[in-house]
Amino acid sequence: MNIPFYVAPEQVMKDRADYARKGVARGRGLVAIRFADGIAIVAENPSETLRKVSEIYDRIAFAGVGRYNEYDQLRVAGIRAADLKGFQYSRDDVDARTLANQFAQILGNIFTHEMKPMEVEILIAEVGADPARDQMFHITFDGTVIDQRDTAVIGGDADPVAERLGAGWSEGMDLAAAVRLGVSALAGDRQLAVGELEVAQLARGNGRRCFRRLDDTAVAEILA
Amino acid sequence: MPIFEPGADPGSNFPELLRRVGLAADWSGAAAGHLDAPHATTCVALRYADGVVMAGDRRATSGNLISHRAMDKVVQADSHSGVAIAGTAGPAMEMIRLFQLQLEHYEKVEGSALSLEGKANQLSAMVRGNLPAAMQGLVVVPLFAGYDLLRSVGRLFAYDVTGGRYEEREYVATGSGSLHASTVIKVGFRGGLARDEAIALAARSLWEAADADSATGGPDALRGIYPTVATVSEAGWEPVADDELATVFAAIADEFRSRA
Repeated sequence: MNIPFYVAPEQVMKDRADYARKGVARGRGLVAIRFADGIAIVAENPSETLRKVSEIYDRIAFAGVGRYNEYDQLRVAGIRAADLKGFQYSRDDVDARTLANQFAQILGNIFTHEMKPMEVEILIAEVGADPARDQMFHITFDGTVIDQRDTAVIGGDADPVAERLGAGWSEGMDLAAAVRLGVSALAGDRQLAVGELEVAQLARGNGRRCFRRLDDTAVAEILA
Repeated sequence: MPIFEPGADPGSNFPELLRRVGLAADWSGAAAGHLDAPHATTCVALRYADGVVMAGDRRATSGNLISHRAMDKVVQADSHSGVAIAGTAGPAMEMIRLFQLQLEHYEKVEGSALSLEGKANQLSAMVRGNLPAAMQGLVVVPLFAGYDLLRSVGRLFAYDVTGGRYEEREYVATGSGSLHASTVIKVGFRGGLARDEAIALAARSLWEAADADSATGGPDALRGIYPTVATVSEAGWEPVADDELATVFAAIADEFRSRA
């Protein structure tokens, strides 16, 4: 009979975390920025069809980095959870915090119980009726939830991007300023073409469904 | 949070998701017999130059009593389509809610909206799913109309209780006053009506239906309750404001008085 080698739980967790972190770091990052009328999300994404940013519910957006199939599965689960809750109770009862906790449960569970952790990081953003109620939750591959206020960075080379974002952010920016800040923070000393960007916003007071994509023309106009 | 194995995944089908999580409505246990549930009545839809006009009265009845005066039977389904219902109000309202949700759910999960034909077929499946309830008297018969963005044309669909789906080229009516309403439209209809003409014709059809059918409500100027009228064109769903309807119905009333 083979006796398996003893591996310390600390080592198991560390190995899994390293594995997941490497997977996430391979991809490119994205940023979310609170501005006067909502939340702008700017992602580095050369694909026109495989989206990183998408709509979950009336006021809630989802953004994911890392392995596409894994965060897409989470995105669909989020839409389902939100639509079911809105159907069962009321549209007003669907909120980002609950969703973020549910995502954290799934990611945490997979991280501890499965062979392979999910190589993703996700962001749940909700635009409130007024700026004070805007919310952003950053959830990592092990289920850690980080509550973020003005800006958020997930994936990519996060620390320098976060630094550039923090330096450029100010209260009451408009959409164009927020998108420009997002692009320059992601780019650093590189140049990002419009085709390499995916930009969306959650616009406050834009009817029931607040999520809007900005197409290449709109982004080019803002960056011009 | 619902996550499924790849083989058992309901995809973008929201009603199927409801069944999987045990939230789907089940009418199958309801005993056959007479129920005094509120009923909704006349709805019409017709094509005009830029798309379609949908209109419906606001009355719901339970037997010989008026149970609601301001019910909306014509509602927006998504950005470029609307649905109107006649039949038992409870299941009909639930069907509309589920239909709206399904369209939005599909759009979010798939990243693009269903085609107009796909939406019409989806509604067909929902009406068919209601058949056991219909056999027990809880009949729901919707109309579906919208602007087909792929073909750049307004389209109309009528249904029967079994989920049968019939595309109409000119106009369509459903509910207890539909015989009168469709006769009025039939007489006044011609191809390429302007928006205002189409709205006036739809309003006139509801007026005549209300005049002859006790279960259809006319414009209620005292309470300021007017039929629900909306247009669907390339620009999307646009409800017609009560002020405009007040003028349209005032013109019909004047014409009526002048006959005496």
